[in-house]
Amino acid sequence: MDSTEAIYDGLKDAGIDFIVSVPCVNLSRLLDMIDEDPEITHIPVTREEEGIGICAGAYLGGKRTAILMQNSGLGNSINALKSLMELYEFPLIMIMSHRGTEGENICGQVPMGESTPRILEAMNFNFFKPGNPEEAYDDIRLAWELSEDEGKPVSILLEIKYW
Amino acid sequence: MARYEAIRDIMEHIDEELVICNIGFPSRELYEIDDRSKNFYMIGSMGLASSIGLGLALAKPSKNIVVIDGDGSLLMNMGSLVTVFANNPSNLTWIVIDNGAYGSTGNQDTYAQMIDLVDVAKGVGFKNSYDFNDINLKDVMHNENASFVVYRTEAGNSKAPIIDLDPITIKERFMKSI
Repeated sequence: MDSTEAIYDGLKDAGIDFIVSVPCVNLSRLLDMIDEDPEITHIPVTREEEGIGICAGAYLGGKRTAILMQNSGLGNSINALKSLMELYEFPLIMIMSHRGTEGENICGQVPMGESTPRILEAMNFNFFKPGNPEEAYDDIRLAWELSEDEGKPVSILLEIKYW
Repeated sequence: MARYEAIRDIMEHIDEELVICNIGFPSRELYEIDDRSKNFYMIGSMGLASSIGLGLALAKPSKNIVVIDGDGSLLMNMGSLVTVFANNPSNLTWIVIDNGAYGSTGNQDTYAQMIDLVDVAKGVGFKNSYDFNDINLKDVMHNENASFVVYRTEAGNSKAPIIDLDPITIKERFMKSI
């Protein structure tokens, strides 16, 4: 199974039909695939926090939502994730390219990358770190229902070695 | 005239439209003036009213959406001006009550006092960027492009109490009303 197709298939089988994004080079093929899918509304955003608000509104309108971003976007979104998504129990799948992990060649990615799992733990948000495409597909396919049950976002961290 | 009268004025033009209302006193005042299940009151996440409105407008093209925002909140999420303009949902009307102050935190000045928000939106590219005094809101809500409306008022809060609905109730009754 291809690493990008596994994510796409997982999102499709989770029923995701509304996606916001801030790009990462590791997500570029996935972004092309969702752009070509007429069943998915894809809205590029200027900043991840704004994307969280857009997803909340789309859910109010009946959509199943996901955000695609680098893990740096988690830092840009923390208050919205707590004071909007958790407060009102909005479900959301967060697909994060987890930079600053093994194999990273840009030193600027490392501090946030090292802290990302602990930030999610401190937020008391469920997250998965799939090691291969099969695991990623299964984790993503089940993430929407888990997020609805928990009433808060569920994250998928895709480390550099995943790709 | 302060925000409370502006919200009352805006709501006199609202029938079946879905309203997303900014955090703090704006939502408290709207709740007191005209509580309805088609109002979504923000209780957290300052700045995101227009983003929530955009997501809803894109998800529900058959419904008219009105965002009641504030100048301080707009300044916190100015990227939203670009994203709303670029996606241009014709069913979205974004009203900014510009009182030049962070009202809910004690009326500290905002930088909006130094700029003209109607011109800012025009500069981004909005075809429909208006001063509330120059338009009929009902006409603007039904035009062909996303609209941006600035309602200028004095600073000041009413004595509207804290909203006694829990967030889940606000969300669920809003979704049922759509």
